[in-house]
Amino acid sequence: MRRIITATATVLGLALTATACGGGDDDSAKGEQKLKGQTVNVAGVWTGVEMKNFKKVLDAFSEKTGAKTNFVPTGDNVSTVIGSKIEGGKAPDVVMVPQVGVLKQFAKKGWLTPLSKKVGEKAGATFATVWKKYGTVDNTYYGLYFKATHKSTVWYTPQSFEQAGVQPPKSYDEMLKTAKTVSDSGTPAFSVGGEDGWTLTDWFENIYLSQAGPEMYDKLASHSIPWTDPSVVKALTTLGKLFGDKNLVSGGSAEALRTDFPESVENVFGSEPKAGMVYEGDFVGGLISGQFHKKLGEEARFFPFPAVDGKKAPVVSGGDAAVVLKAGKNQKAAMAFLEYLASPEAAAVWAEAGGFVSPNTNLKPTAYKDETTRAIAESLVDAGDSVRFDMSDQAPAAFGGTVGTGEWKILQDFLKSPSDAKGTARKLEAAAAKAYKD
Amino acid sequence: MSATVRKVLPANAGSTPSGPTPRSRAARRRKLVSLGFLLPALLLLGSLVAYPILFSVGRSFFDASGDTFVGADNYTEMFQDPATTKAIRNSAIWVIVAPVLLTGLGLILAVLSEKIRWATAFKLLMFMPMAISFLAAGIIFRVAYEADPERGVLNAMTVGVHDAFSGDTKGYPTAHPQNPRTIPAQKDGSYRTAKSVSPGDTADLGLVGVPPKDIPKAAKPAAAASSAPAAKGELRGVVFIDFTLGGGGKPGRVDPTERGLPGLAVEAVKGGEVVATATTGNDGTYRFEDLPSGDYHLQLPQKDFAEAYQGISWLGPSLITPAIIGAYLWIWTGFSMVLIGAGLASLPRDALEAARMDGANEWQIFRKITVPLLSPVLGVVFVTTVINVMKVFDLVYIIAPGPVQQDASVLATRMWLVSFGGGNNQGLGSALGVLLLLLVVPAMALNIRRFRRSQS
Repeated sequence: MRRIITATATVLGLALTATACGGGDDDSAKGEQKLKGQTVNVAGVWTGVEMKNFKKVLDAFSEKTGAKTNFVPTGDNVSTVIGSKIEGGKAPDVVMVPQVGVLKQFAKKGWLTPLSKKVGEKAGATFATVWKKYGTVDNTYYGLYFKATHKSTVWYTPQSFEQAGVQPPKSYDEMLKTAKTVSDSGTPAFSVGGEDGWTLTDWFENIYLSQAGPEMYDKLASHSIPWTDPSVVKALTTLGKLFGDKNLVSGGSAEALRTDFPESVENVFGSEPKAGMVYEGDFVGGLISGQFHKKLGEEARFFPFPAVDGKKAPVVSGGDAAVVLKAGKNQKAAMAFLEYLASPEAAAVWAEAGGFVSPNTNLKPTAYKDETTRAIAESLVDAGDSVRFDMSDQAPAAFGGTVGTGEWKILQDFLKSPSDAKGTARKLEAAAAKAYKD
Repeated sequence: MSATVRKVLPANAGSTPSGPTPRSRAARRRKLVSLGFLLPALLLLGSLVAYPILFSVGRSFFDASGDTFVGADNYTEMFQDPATTKAIRNSAIWVIVAPVLLTGLGLILAVLSEKIRWATAFKLLMFMPMAISFLAAGIIFRVAYEADPERGVLNAMTVGVHDAFSGDTKGYPTAHPQNPRTIPAQKDGSYRTAKSVSPGDTADLGLVGVPPKDIPKAAKPAAAASSAPAAKGELRGVVFIDFTLGGGGKPGRVDPTERGLPGLAVEAVKGGEVVATATTGNDGTYRFEDLPSGDYHLQLPQKDFAEAYQGISWLGPSLITPAIIGAYLWIWTGFSMVLIGAGLASLPRDALEAARMDGANEWQIFRKITVPLLSPVLGVVFVTTVINVMKVFDLVYIIAPGPVQQDASVLATRMWLVSFGGGNNQGLGSALGVLLLLLVVPAMALNIRRFRRSQS
């Protein structure tokens, strides 16, 4: 039965690929034209503006090498889509995987071709080693990080800070004081999007990364220390100082639990501001300018998530990594494409279009078109090897990525009663133990 | 599936030559023909129903990876995991409450709609939600149940009704004393000065956290009023906003631009009893005249800080299941009404007429004749709903927000979550599926039996 299905799918897939390859080549391309006549199929989760901008990168590659490129949108569920495409014999050559967990899963299934030496060297020269580490599974380098996210940015309205007469804070304690002053001035300090559990995990990760340090962060991310570790309790207590003060969280925790992420941004940057600050990654900037039509840098600014207890300020990150599939037909062209992605040239194409941060240290800051993005990119590159990936993204989905259960749910309960740091740590450990076991 | 094929094939193979008598050959051919006709259905049922069921039963004895046989471990884990027991409990609530309400409502509406003129239009209207997909209905109710009265229509109604009866009692909910040590919060939400004051004193009470847009336009700077001395036997002062916009103000002092807060109640408390009440003026002044000498504490009562009525938290953990059942009823009541209505139309009129002639009133007719005669139809509606309710998924998944998803979960959502939605434990998921199947089987059997009986 299974064989029949596979066979039919293969036939179908072949037929489809044949038609897909039937298009003519673009003759107007200039450059080396080494890959003329080859096609690189690239799959990714991007849609809308992001897809449009990534296609510009693909076009630039075509122009340079003469290879034809093709973007295949996968929708949100990358691993399922790619899995069925491989089974159907219609595998794309390159996939842009959005999470480190998915990258690992692909590598474990043996779907990936290790990056060529050339790509490795090129990446080694221009990326901080931490990016290579997150692209490596079992000592083999598979994933080249092309697009990065910066998840340690606190966004605020300059107006609310002016009204309160405060400046962006430099430390966590200062941030609590700033928040108190902002709330005293009559604007609730923070809007917290607690209906979405992932915003809460990001809060925790920033505090933990700064307070406990990158080594402990790695240990906790791989669950080699339990969540009942005193460092976790301490980080939760620190977070509880903010979550527990109803004057600092707009509407108190009850309202925060009814607010989802887009709403929390709207509460600060929408037409009727209800709070002065909102914490989340650099993508908040896209929402502010795209949906609420506020000018970044003027009507909306950010400050880096401040350092906790006098340690180093955290930079929690994430990104999309390019991988080459073994099942793809154009291995050589695919590797050439990754080599291109490792160059500052490719990054500059998207940086110019906006909504993009590159981990590439050779990309000149002037490539970014606005000051806010430039500042975000600089902060990311400056952080170097102390950058850490989102911990919940690295965890099994049952723990770090499912609505209504695991870390999301437990941190939501913590937001409801922030005084119980110890109990929360215990619950987190119980859930983690179960999820990491499976 | 292969089992079915094998069973059918030999019969096919043996058909070719010999047969002793013409009659038995004809019988055999008839058998073959009927088998041939049954084959497609058997194949479909076998591959799409029987095989998956058997596979799930088998899968439920293996662990998450599917490689290790774990016996009944999945089943014991199922009843130990609090999230799953919660789902079982919720499913039980659904099965008990929803079919009863649905059949009852359908019956009442069907009987009533028989007596109104525009019955067809009414039935059409009631039936219309059936044309909406569960997904769309879920989104509609998700919005209708929103807590914010500006968005959720149900809370807009409750707030409207509440305010019509008890008046709008909005204070400054976000306001609080600048220095919580000198004016600590009391248990009932009011604030009372720590130090006592006596007539002849002045006392200024500084508040912060008042949104600038909520400050009445009439509010004036409080500095002048604050420096005015108290007359003999008078206790006075200002309630002011102890925050200079743009910074630079000094906490605890009435700075030049800081305004008073008009319309607040200030109470003088002696020995725990409120002895006098004053209201602040536009510059925040309050004044107690002719107070008998003695020590008083000043109190800002809770109503100064009262929040506007927030309505009901439909999507909160305690009401979420009833709320979703409500949405379910909205969709299905039309169906049960139409079905029961059809049964009602086919009731023997002579029985009703006879009862009326014998002097029975409408209630007696309803109870003693209509309902018993209708009981087969009611039974069908009831049992169908039971089966239907067991598999409810989309409404729960869409209406319940993330934080209360677990409080609302039912067996079907739990099964999906465990096996695909992050848990990736298809062993435990299959065990849940088997449990669901076992629970549905009695209802199915009942329905089939009833069906057979009505045919014979």
